[in-house]
Amino acid sequence: MSGPGLPPAQQVVEDALTAARPGSDHCVVVVEESSEVEVRLANNTTTTSGSRHDRRVAVISIREVDGGMAAGVARRGGDVDVTDLVRVAEQDAAGSPPADDALPLLGPGDIGLSPAPGDGFDQPPALTDLSVLSGVLSGLSGAFARARGGDYVLAGFAEHRRTTRYLGTSTGLRLGHAQPDGALQLVARGAGGATSTWTGAGTAEFADVSVEVMEERLRDRLTWSARRLDRPAGRYEVLLPPEAVSDLMISLAYEASGRNAEDGRTVFSRPGGGTRVGDVLASVPFDLRSDPAEPGLECTPFVTATSSSADMSVFDNGLPLTRTDWIAGGRLHRLRYHRAGAARSTVEPAGFVSNLTLDVPGATGSVEDLVSRTERGLLLTCLWYIREVDPVTLLLTGLTRDGVYVVEDGRVTGATNNFRFNESPVDLLARVTEVGASGRALGREYGEYLNRTRMPPLRIPDFNMSSVSRAS
Amino acid sequence: MPAAPPPGPLGADRLGAARDAALGEAHRLGCSHTELRVERIRAQQVRLRDGRPEGATDDTELGMGVRVVVDGAMGFAATVATGAADAAQLVVEAVEAARVIARAGGDRVELAPEPGHGTINWVAPHDLDPVDVPLADKVALLGEWSGRLLSAPSVDHATAEVLAVTEDKYYADLAGTEATQRRVRVHPVVEALALDPDGGFESMRTVAPPVGRGWEYLSGEGWDWDAELEQLPDLLAAKVRAPSVEAGSYDLVIDPTNLWLAIHESIGHATELDRALGYEAAYAGTSFATFDQLGTLRYGSEVMQVTADRTTPYGLATVAVDDEGVPGRSFDLVRDGVLVGYQLDRSIAATSGSGASNGCAYADSPLHVPIQRMANVSLRPAVGDDPTSGDLIGGVERGIYIVGDKSWSIDMQRYNFQFTGQRFYRIEGGRLAGQVRDVAYQATTTEFWGSMEAVGGRSTYLLGGAFNCGKGQPGQVAPVSHGCPSVVVRGVRVLNTRHESGR
Repeated sequence: MSGPGLPPAQQVVEDALTAARPGSDHCVVVVEESSEVEVRLANNTTTTSGSRHDRRVAVISIREVDGGMAAGVARRGGDVDVTDLVRVAEQDAAGSPPADDALPLLGPGDIGLSPAPGDGFDQPPALTDLSVLSGVLSGLSGAFARARGGDYVLAGFAEHRRTTRYLGTSTGLRLGHAQPDGALQLVARGAGGATSTWTGAGTAEFADVSVEVMEERLRDRLTWSARRLDRPAGRYEVLLPPEAVSDLMISLAYEASGRNAEDGRTVFSRPGGGTRVGDVLASVPFDLRSDPAEPGLECTPFVTATSSSADMSVFDNGLPLTRTDWIAGGRLHRLRYHRAGAARSTVEPAGFVSNLTLDVPGATGSVEDLVSRTERGLLLTCLWYIREVDPVTLLLTGLTRDGVYVVEDGRVTGATNNFRFNESPVDLLARVTEVGASGRALGREYGEYLNRTRMPPLRIPDFNMSSVSRAS
Repeated sequence: MPAAPPPGPLGADRLGAARDAALGEAHRLGCSHTELRVERIRAQQVRLRDGRPEGATDDTELGMGVRVVVDGAMGFAATVATGAADAAQLVVEAVEAARVIARAGGDRVELAPEPGHGTINWVAPHDLDPVDVPLADKVALLGEWSGRLLSAPSVDHATAEVLAVTEDKYYADLAGTEATQRRVRVHPVVEALALDPDGGFESMRTVAPPVGRGWEYLSGEGWDWDAELEQLPDLLAAKVRAPSVEAGSYDLVIDPTNLWLAIHESIGHATELDRALGYEAAYAGTSFATFDQLGTLRYGSEVMQVTADRTTPYGLATVAVDDEGVPGRSFDLVRDGVLVGYQLDRSIAATSGSGASNGCAYADSPLHVPIQRMANVSLRPAVGDDPTSGDLIGGVERGIYIVGDKSWSIDMQRYNFQFTGQRFYRIEGGRLAGQVRDVAYQATTTEFWGSMEAVGGRSTYLLGGAFNCGKGQPGQVAPVSHGCPSVVVRGVRVLNTRHESGR
């Protein structure tokens, strides 16, 4: 089925392309259909549960105008009058000057894509329902009982979504892709709220998520919190778990715009002009990459752009997304460019891919192994409210959240207060002294936007904890 | 206010059919509460880079959401389809969602009682619907503004952007409230960038707030754009030449263009009772202002008077009635520096024994469930026009005057915050003594507001705000306004952001 009361997405694409004016104009249609379920919990109870079906239709009209090509974009949700939508897009194109990101649309001859069976334009939209969460829900009813008995309070969120994207162009492209996203996050707060801890996992289908395993991790950490040790602001040896590294690397990757770097406005700008591509950024041979075929993190392998920006272009719709190494062997290797920008700068285009991996070939060991090799340090759980302070250095501020643990002589000896940090992820890569093995990790803050990341634990010898936060 | 009734998200016949189908099905299934929302939200964004269009979007979201309470459990379902049969089906799905969580051990949900209010029609005051202005006109205006900046020798790059939103919302519930409301809002932002030949750069953007007004705002209704754009290149040039701040403790005079964000983060969110009671513990966080301290917590100094208001003229969180059928109103949060109130929705009002809701429930989309959200939370100015900002600066021997917001961050219990700004002036002997740069200020909420020595008068007052307040899971993004005067806060920790990065 295609959701209540809606015509099939493929028909919407074809109807819109038919409604587009003939002649020199071109048209792109992107339909994004999503089916979502979620359950929220707090205070040892489920609080809300919901489901939704969403469809967004975007029409991009491309017109030849004096001096080049102009694009107009109109997007609508639901049961769309495509003829009207096409007219709005055409009017906007007619009222726009030539676009700086304009290039001829791609056609089937430009694309080497061969969709997997059942994963192409003809597939029906992938749907989900609350049964996907049945294992989580039955696990939770036991977990609530154990929490009441154990004098702690659980809160959290479970969500599952299937998004199916359909792309059609007047140049003959017909592409489709379905992508599942899921996550479970649990927070346990000790009696009186004086201690808290968090765990979270990203998943495609929840088969690999166990409430009981996550619950055990929370209980272990609440046990660590039984001994409270106050620590002042200052620079500390810090063990960043993969979840914290994920949020920092998402912040770094977001800044990797080629155009912005060339304009001189990012940490990747070269003083005096140009970009820092080729510079050594890291003390160890890190690879930071995005790849639609990354095992376990598979995602949409072609561009679906419904608006243009500094490094994304509606003219690039259908462009295959492939492995992109942002950092290779510790050197800045690539920045994001749309096709037109890449052509101007004589580099290869590099688009947004919905996953991110940081690793060092051959690195082994978990965050627990790093703890065992630590004489004195702090083990973090996750980071929160991360915001850019100074774009010149990509200085970020933020807070530690839900558990900062004191490590002494190779083991955790207690929990301490939270801190506000001021650090640049670019600087951190240069100061890392130890890297563990990478695994799937859900960023506490930006996992909401980029669920699929694989990150290692890191040791930073001199992490800047700028002040103490009394939050617990 | 225009006399014409709001247009509504769909024709009256279709809304009536959806209402009858949903509420009829809810009766049949024994729901004690059911609300139907049908919304059409049109949002446009236009962005120019160095005077050339970089991207434009024109989005229309249309859909409906149903929330039910049945046998003491709450469920929600939503879809982009808007037929009567779809509305009835949503009730069935919402009831099933409620039953699923009841089986998983959910506590009983109660909603604070709210009578039916009959038919309510409301249109936010505006002259020009901002989404009806043709794209070409928007590009032309932003291009002209960009050109003024780019013609200045101190400006290397300029970006100009406007966000414009018009929301049409229909609401109906089992208690007999039926509301049709239209809201509008716009946020224009222009930023100038200057490159330092030795590496690095500085930027400065307009501090004009986002407002619940029509396109007339960009023609000067409520803001002097010509004056702000004219000053920006020279202000930026002075910032580039300014010395880096010496870190330490300073008396701050904070302009409303900066202070609104401190209010939002350290008062607005901290006085949401769902947070204080732990219902946001997994996401946005909890609050240091715990419920047991209502009436006793010393939040700040005696001059601190904070009001939550869903009726503020041109406020971004202003409505006639909220998404649970509760009429908008005004109420105090902090009186003479003491915590005296919280923002509530109907579920939290019932759970906490607070009586009726004060109208702070809403969703950002027809596809999201209403949750407790922020009213326009504002700091009251002194009575009369005085003191002026000049008077406040005159009372500071060694300090910094901070204008415009930029970076912001606060912890999950709303204790520890850090803010930067657009520009910072040294104050020496009661006078401004040129700009400094690389400033961030850090404080703990109650210490900061406790050190607020004076508030400016009406002449310093401005309604600031944001389009992008985040809360809830799945995440919801809402607009909200915050009015405030200039204030003096003594002895605040100021950091040098270059030094913080180890340079």
